[in-house]
Amino acid sequence: MDLYASQLGHKALNDKIRESNEDIVIESCFGERFIGSGVSGDNTITINGTPGNALGAYLDGPTVIVNGNAQDSVGDTMNNGKIIINGSAGDALGYAMRGGKIFVKGDAGYRTGIHMKEYQDKRPVIVIGGRVGSFLGEYLAGGLIIVLGLENDHFPAGYFAGTGMHGGEIFLRTDKHPENMPEQVIVSEATAEDMAGISDIIGEYADTFGFNMEEILGKTFYKLAPNAKNPYRQLYTEN
Amino acid sequence: MREGMFRNPSGCAISGIFSKSGERFTGERIIDSITVMHDRSNGLGGGFAAYGIYPEYKDYYAFHIFYDNKSVKDTTEKFLEEHFDIINLSKIPTRKMKSITDEPLIWRYFVTPLHTKLASSQLDEREFVAKCVFKVNTRIDGAYIFSSGKNMGVFKAVGFPEDVGRFYRLEDYAGYCFTAHGRYPTNTPGWWGGAHPFALLDYSVVHNGEISSYDANRRSIEMYGYKCTLQTDTEVITYIIDYLHRKIGLTLKEICSVIAAPFWSTIERKPEEERAELEYLRNTFSSQLITGPFSILVGFEGGLMALNDRLKLRSMVVGEKDSTVYIASEEAAIRVIQQDLDKVWAPKGGEGVIVTLDGGNI
Repeated sequence: MDLYASQLGHKALNDKIRESNEDIVIESCFGERFIGSGVSGDNTITINGTPGNALGAYLDGPTVIVNGNAQDSVGDTMNNGKIIINGSAGDALGYAMRGGKIFVKGDAGYRTGIHMKEYQDKRPVIVIGGRVGSFLGEYLAGGLIIVLGLENDHFPAGYFAGTGMHGGEIFLRTDKHPENMPEQVIVSEATAEDMAGISDIIGEYADTFGFNMEEILGKTFYKLAPNAKNPYRQLYTEN
Repeated sequence: MREGMFRNPSGCAISGIFSKSGERFTGERIIDSITVMHDRSNGLGGGFAAYGIYPEYKDYYAFHIFYDNKSVKDTTEKFLEEHFDIINLSKIPTRKMKSITDEPLIWRYFVTPLHTKLASSQLDEREFVAKCVFKVNTRIDGAYIFSSGKNMGVFKAVGFPEDVGRFYRLEDYAGYCFTAHGRYPTNTPGWWGGAHPFALLDYSVVHNGEISSYDANRRSIEMYGYKCTLQTDTEVITYIIDYLHRKIGLTLKEICSVIAAPFWSTIERKPEEERAELEYLRNTFSSQLITGPFSILVGFEGGLMALNDRLKLRSMVVGEKDSTVYIASEEAAIRVIQQDLDKVWAPKGGEGVIVTLDGGNI
């Protein structure tokens, strides 16, 4: 089914997506919001253009493919399914995500994966090919975030990565040892065991975008994990 | 009830287009851009700033004024005649629209300060003009000068921005830079003066956000002779920029390091020279630090600056195609007017993006 987003507007567009179980291609997309939000099923929704905020919020099964860049709040509180972005994403990607996968070929903005959580077999995964802004995985409670920094040698994250994290894992692929990390974070070079735990995901990511797996693994990975002895207290003000 | 009688928080959308080559284009493109972000506004305010639109009067200050009624207009014109040589005056052309109602009288004057008045005031010309603008806006009840720069103009109203643009017939204006704002105040009496942009002289500000340091900023800026009449945070940002740029003489880059100063913990890690500069700016101008979420576009003669708060609590995307720069709250608002971009990126929090005309000012 082909849908023309800019003619329909976000409400009619999302009504049609919700009613359909077949694969959908959305053309002429200019900022229509909430695409695929709360949708369950196992179909594929392909978007050509620039989808609006809250793409795939509460997504519960389908695969969403974006040919272009996405805006803010992709996969907010997503529960299941997969979002593939053949470009970059805005701020608060995967906010409070609780299941499923988000793969971004390029960069992601501030607050990537904040407040993600996991429970039993539900373990959300985010993989970013480029860099991310500050507050990566802030208040992380569960799940897996991998930032690959593929296009250059810059450190792939901004300031305050993992502030307040108390669960989950963050991996950064970089030659530079992460400095000045928040007190709630323990930094270590990824062990063989750590790498074995993420190699399937990296393989799936590399296949998705046609990257070379060997090349991706040819650099050091650092792991950020919560420091149980030093729980989060404050960043902003002293009360 | 008017704005200024209570606090007025807002959400919003912003967009800007800047032609570095100075090539002029009409207001239609900026309307198309801001239209895409319709859902970020609620119909209670929209507006535009346009630069390079009055080349035939480029040496005169263009005052755009709202009047409540004819008698206020007479009073104001008497004041203007006492202080300025009025070269030209006219109603600002508008289009009757169902969606735009309760319009005040909207007039435009091209003026230059009377030589004798200016000399006896012992002020420089721009300070003289700014003082006159404040005098009208605070002393003449029912008159409001909402635009006072040279070769630029602000057009704003209560309504959705795309309707405001058509109301003011922006397709009839051509400039090298346009900015736009769609407003989403959660609580407003809906007065036209409260819409964005806010402007003083050639500085104009459109703002998406809600600054939490408003009252601290207001108290400090009022010590330097500014009068905040509307209780909106954007007004105070406009005056801070005028103060730091025109009066203190800071560069725009330095202004970014003042109003969106990095955390002390971030400053500590900078190389020594940069650290010393950042420490100096943060200490000296601590009252001009703006906290809370904001993304702003600051228009000025020959340039445009975009800035996010240091925590980047609002979205902002920059796109470039040839010599044109596009900046908007959402990438879709850029793609709709320029699908093919050479470069697109999201600036970091506190990292100002400053673009100016290639050949200096027009």
